[in-house]
Formats: sequence, C-alpha cells, structure tokens
Amino acid sequence: MLDALQFEFMRNALLAGLLVSIICGILGTLVVVNRIVFISGGIAHAAYGGIGLAFYLRLPPAVGAALFAFVVSMIMGLASMKSKHRADTIIGVMWALGMALGIILIELTPGYNVDLMSYLFGSILSVPQMDLWYMLSLDIVVLLLVLFFYKEFIAMSYDEEFSFVVGIPVRTLYFILLAMISLSVIMIIRVVGLILVIALLTIPPYISEKYTTSLGKMMALSSLLGILFTMTGLWFSYKYNLTSGATIIIVAGIAFFISLGIDVLSSRFRTLSEG
Amino acid sequence: MSLHYSITPTLQYSIVLGVMKPYAIDIKNVSFSYEGADVLTDVNLSLEQGEFLGIIGPNGGGKTTLLKLMLGLLKPDKGEILILGEPPHDARHRVGYVPQDVDFGRDFPISVMDVALMGRLSKSRIGKRYTQEDREKVKEALNKVGMGDLSNRLISTLSGGQRQRVFIARALATDPEILFLDEPTASVDTEFQSDLYDFLKELNKDATIVVITHDIGVVSSYMKSLACVNKHFIFHEGGQITKEMLDMAYQCPVDLIAHGLPHRVLPTHEEK
Repeated sequence: MLDALQFEFMRNALLAGLLVSIICGILGTLVVVNRIVFISGGIAHAAYGGIGLAFYLRLPPAVGAALFAFVVSMIMGLASMKSKHRADTIIGVMWALGMALGIILIELTPGYNVDLMSYLFGSILSVPQMDLWYMLSLDIVVLLLVLFFYKEFIAMSYDEEFSFVVGIPVRTLYFILLAMISLSVIMIIRVVGLILVIALLTIPPYISEKYTTSLGKMMALSSLLGILFTMTGLWFSYKYNLTSGATIIIVAGIAFFISLGIDVLSSRFRTLSEG
Repeated sequence: MSLHYSITPTLQYSIVLGVMKPYAIDIKNVSFSYEGADVLTDVNLSLEQGEFLGIIGPNGGGKTTLLKLMLGLLKPDKGEILILGEPPHDARHRVGYVPQDVDFGRDFPISVMDVALMGRLSKSRIGKRYTQEDREKVKEALNKVGMGDLSNRLISTLSGGQRQRVFIARALATDPEILFLDEPTASVDTEFQSDLYDFLKELNKDATIVVITHDIGVVSSYMKSLACVNKHFIFHEGGQITKEMLDMAYQCPVDLIAHGLPHRVLPTHEEK
C-alpha cells in the first residue's frame, strides 16, 4: 500500500475516502435514526439527472448535480410532509425519473461520452483536486450545522412530536437535513457510486448504534468505521485490481454481518449462562 | 375559592380575582377529518386555568386526535382553538406533553438524562448548551418520578413503565402552564399509578392538567371535570362518577351529561 502512495491519484483517493467517510458518519447517523433511508436513496439516484443536465449545459458536473439534487430533495421533503401516504410513491417516481433524465441528457450531449459506470460505481481513483476542496468545505459546513443544532437534531430524531410541542422548528430542521444530504450525495457518488451511496450512508451507523450511548458517539464511531471500510476497500481494490466502490461496500457488508453474528452469539451466550 | 363566573362568550375570558385570565383551552366548533372520515365533529370546550380535566372515550373515538389538535400537531378542518389565549402554534412552549408509550426509538442511543433534558429545549435556546440550572431542574424532575438513580442508564434498557416515567419527567422539566398526558398509566405499575395522580394533584395547584385515561377509578377521585370523546365531545364539569359514566367510557352515549352546574361556562350541548 505504501508504494501506492507515491501516486497522486492514490493520495487523492485516500483523502476523498477520509473526507466522505466523515460526512457519511454524521449524516448517515441522522438518516438512520430519522428513518429517511428511502428518501436519501431517492435523492442520490435522482441526482443523476443533475449530472446529465450539467454535462448537457456544459457546467461543472459537481455543481450542476448538487443544485439539481438540492431542488429534488426539497420537493421530496415537501411531498413527504404533505401526503405521508403517497410520499414513497412520489419519491420512487422522482428516483426513476431523475436517472432516466440523466441518461437521455448525456446521450443528447454532442461529442462527449461519459462513462456511466463511473457514476454507478464511483471513481475514487480519479478524484480531482477541486473535488477534495469541495469535500473539505462540505465536511466543515455539515459539522458546524450539526454542532449548532445538536440538541435539536437529537430531540427531533428521538421524538418529533414532543420537539414540536416545546417549540423546536422541526420542519426547518428536516429541510436542513435534506439539504445537507443532497449536497453531500454527489461527493459520496464520487467515492462509491450512486448505487452504493445508501450502503456507505447506512451500514456504519447500523453497526455503531448498538455500541454507542449517544448520537454524537454514534456519529464518531460511524465516521471511523467508514474510514476503516474505505481504506480497507481501497487496499483490496488496488492489490487485486477490483472496482474500488464495489470493493469498499463489500468490506462494509462483511463487517455488518460480522457485527450481526457477534450479536446473535452474545445473546445466545447470555441466555445460556442465565438458563 | 376565587370569584369565578362566566361573561359574554364572545369575550372568551373569565375574570378571576379581577385579573383577566384567558381560558386554558378554548375550542370553538372544531371539526377534524382524516382521509375523508370524520374523526371529530363540532367540538366545543372552554376550560378554565387550574382545571384538572380527564378525557375518556372508546379507542378510535378521537381522544388522541383532540389532544394533538390542542398541541398544534394537527390543524382543524373547521373551527378555532386557543390555548392560553393564543393559537396552539404560538403557545407551544407554554405546554407540556407526555405522549403515549409507543414504539419509537427503542434502540436510539440516548441516556435517561438526555431524554429528560429535551424538556428544557425551546426555540429561543437553539444553539446554546444546556446550563447547570437545566440539569438541576431535570434531575429534580427525575427524582420526583423516582428515576433519579437511573439517570445515566440508556433509555433502551428501561421497561415500558420506566420509560413512561422519564417522559413524565421530561414534560415536567418544561415548567408547563398546561400539562397534557396521553394515557400516562398505560404501561406503569399500579403503585406508580396512584403516586402519579397524587403528584399530578399537587402539580395542579400551579398548572392546568389534561389527561386522557382509561382508568375510571382515577377519574372519580382526582379529576375536577370530565369529558368524553367519541367523534362528538361531551364535557362534564364536576367529575363525580356515576353509573352512566362507566358506560360512557366504553360507549360514550351522547345523552349522559349533567347540566345546570352553578358555574357552568359552556353552553349545554344539544345533540342531533
């Protein structure tokens, strides 16, 4: 691995993995405890429409896609608030529509053939310097926002109705959360691809939830696990020449089942020693 | 006993010792439907501050819906609700709320103390840290419900009854002018039930209390007034229990209400 570090693309890949894992740890924790995994998946996939639009209009793809994902997330947020029962349908339709729009727009873009696979499964090995700066500023913004609203995010996530009754603007917070997710999704796509965004966003928090005693610790442990998964995945993908995004997720998936196995065994052990 | 009489209904105020005091709860012609089905029809209620109101009624009769309307969590299709003279949305920080013990957040990584501390939150304190005073207040509230020793425990390790006590402490920590409780004794042990109501009685000296309950025995001994919700709403000032009221808890027939009490502030209801 060390010899790989002489390559700039590898150093960038490691930095990208680190920065994105931190965002995923913080936001993923909020996604999991607020049960908005589906809407996050919708935002990630619909963002592909933004990537297509950016290419078509010759805008920087990260900016175009981030703006598009932001608009989509706000519409999905409104839908989930206005009609709770139809929300999943509306999100599902936008999910598919966004992707279809992206594919058509890229087809229509003259003389430029974007590699769809690099968006589906990520291209962490070709992260430009520019994106690293975007990731870093996003990390800082997300961290500051979550720190500022920390008490309120906890309350909203734990008991939305009570939070409303004490006067917390839960709707505003919900939209702030969606906005942060939408702006981060593009960077997560860089690392693991849009198909795997949800995995990197949810697997570390699922594991951490069982071993932590507060939301802050859950965020911290999730970030650390994310870093561990991306680094290990990158190493495997470098060593065996595998698709990096998919390898990262396989590592995360294996860790998930290991932690599940430990749970089952330890509860079995507990019943045995009690009985 | 305070000087206590009703004046013109349009003014919506009662006069207590010469001070204009808005009703704790003032509901006028409120209706609410959910997906085309009427849940509540034409509800009227004017509740003085300092009351202790019990709300009974069959499951699915609209008790919780009515509570959520009063808390501003739901908006009525028709009619008007004032809490302490303000729309529910504006009165939010002045009321406390103990939700039913439902399944939410069972695995949520949070301590008893941190749940109870939520009672100290408000819009004006966003971005600020909890103060020492907050922690002391919450500690006191936890002690009152007998959860002081468990304040560092994770909420996921508690029993349903213990969790309910924490929710009560959390509501107390808000220093509410009105405390709303939705079946607070549903999952607590019987010993704590009477403790809780003794405690609410004490609290009632400073705050108005509204409790949804199934427990008729409690209704008779603690509550000053009684209402029954089954799509329609029946208010009974006085709170004494009758044989008919037992029926009311299950069936809530619309013709079983006492009338003509000396300081009645409600119009007598007429049902079609």
